[in-house]
Amino acid sequence: MSSFARFIRPAIGAWALLLLIMAAPAPSLAQQINPTASSVNERQLLQEMDRIQGRVSIPDQRSSVLMQPAGREWREFRNVALRWIGGVAMLGMLAVLVIFYLARGMVRLESGRSGRTIVRFNTYERVVHWMTATCFVILAISGLNITFGRPLLLPLIGFDAFSEWSQWAKFAHNYLSFPFTIGVVLIFLMWIGGNIPNKLDLEWIKRGGGLIGHDHPPARRFNAGQKGIYWIVVIGGGLVAATGYQLMFPFYVSGIEGMQIAQIVHSVVAVLFIAAMLAHIYIGTIGMEGAFEAMGSGEVDVNWAREHHSLWLDQELARSGPNDSQPRPRHAASAAE
Amino acid sequence: MARMKFLCDADRCIECNACVTACKNEHEVPWGINRRRVVTIADGKPGERSVSMACMHCTDAPCAAVCPVNCFYTTADGVVLHSKDLCIGCGYCFYACPFGAPQYPKVGNFGSRGKMDKCTYCAGGPEADGSKEEYEKYGANRLAEGKLPLCAEMCSTKSLLAGDGEIIAQIYRERVLKRGYGSGAWGWKTAYRETIES
Repeated sequence: MSSFARFIRPAIGAWALLLLIMAAPAPSLAQQINPTASSVNERQLLQEMDRIQGRVSIPDQRSSVLMQPAGREWREFRNVALRWIGGVAMLGMLAVLVIFYLARGMVRLESGRSGRTIVRFNTYERVVHWMTATCFVILAISGLNITFGRPLLLPLIGFDAFSEWSQWAKFAHNYLSFPFTIGVVLIFLMWIGGNIPNKLDLEWIKRGGGLIGHDHPPARRFNAGQKGIYWIVVIGGGLVAATGYQLMFPFYVSGIEGMQIAQIVHSVVAVLFIAAMLAHIYIGTIGMEGAFEAMGSGEVDVNWAREHHSLWLDQELARSGPNDSQPRPRHAASAAE
Repeated sequence: MARMKFLCDADRCIECNACVTACKNEHEVPWGINRRRVVTIADGKPGERSVSMACMHCTDAPCAAVCPVNCFYTTADGVVLHSKDLCIGCGYCFYACPFGAPQYPKVGNFGSRGKMDKCTYCAGGPEADGSKEEYEKYGANRLAEGKLPLCAEMCSTKSLLAGDGEIIAQIYRERVLKRGYGSGAWGWKTAYRETIES
């Protein structure tokens, strides 16, 4: 018993010391600890960056974006702004062309046909042009279906037919992008020589290109209007191709914001491109007598060349050799027009 | 009429991923697709938060608005579903979704997208309720059996709540009151245009 008694006093002392230590800094019960004091907050995160991103344990790293409210702005652009831009650009251009045709009519050959022709575009040039043009038309229709199909076409043919058509349109759009891109590159290379802007183009533009009145400003192989179309095709075509491939190979080069921007650029450039091509198709078909055969058969009437591309005609006649550019009588039945 | 919503209480989520596993198993979700995911923000730092996220079934769903073939529909309960038969796999719903819910299997050439797949609130799709075709395309239809989504049922801490919006908002409010703190209902402002004051 005495050994036990020896321990009692130090034991009591130790307990007292312990109680003293514990009592001193003890928090009062009224004071609650808020464990979320330093935690992240949804509103604060969205203000700092325009998205919330974290860490995920699943392999698909795109799922680490918790919220990207930019999607709402993209929706607004795509459903509202794009349809306005496209509608105004394309319908506006159509209206301008209709009014112009009613006012001016087809630009006739003032000196009439001479019956002699000269080669304007060779077979290779025409093949590249028509391959690119055909692809463009199908790409345009399938692309417009994505933006305008639901409000305009779906109510007419119903869900199943419209989805089936849209599915094929999507395949056509994706696959024809390749020959179209190749065509744009070839057009760029083969006609770059004749499409560098120069002072003559300024003169041509100042004289309105002969659109109003009976003026015939001189031009080389490509006049300023054609050079405009060339650069629209090369630059516009380049942009839609680049953004188009980015859309077709999703997330290879960018995250979600990059994809949204790519879609915006692709669609805006595309609708403006379509508007420009409507004008190009107009002038090459019903807008001007003797124009279509340039791309159709490859040969144009010498009088047409004299009136619209006089400097080019002089060049061609000056270097005419036995094999090409020799004006010769037109064959009996013309397939053009 | 009930208006179904999801609410993830980020203060309770422990990142166990039971919700992710339950969903994947119940619907036999194809490889590579995750209808539900748990995102951890500020991982390892003070203030770390984990949030379980799948489709929020938004009011005025942006996915439905941008779909070129109009394959989405909203049920009477407010659940946003879509038809895989009509879907053309264009990807627009993913660009518009603030939560990244739509997923696409890689089936086409060059990694192009197959039919979109996403959380269905365990409510299947346009096919007949509980049919084999519905299960193959969209997974189980628990809602038709009167059950709630499996992710919320399996949540180990009951941080993920699913059910009528009014009821789960009330549960959350009571929790916040009792414990004295709450980081808010993540995603509610974006999805439903309302907040639960915490």
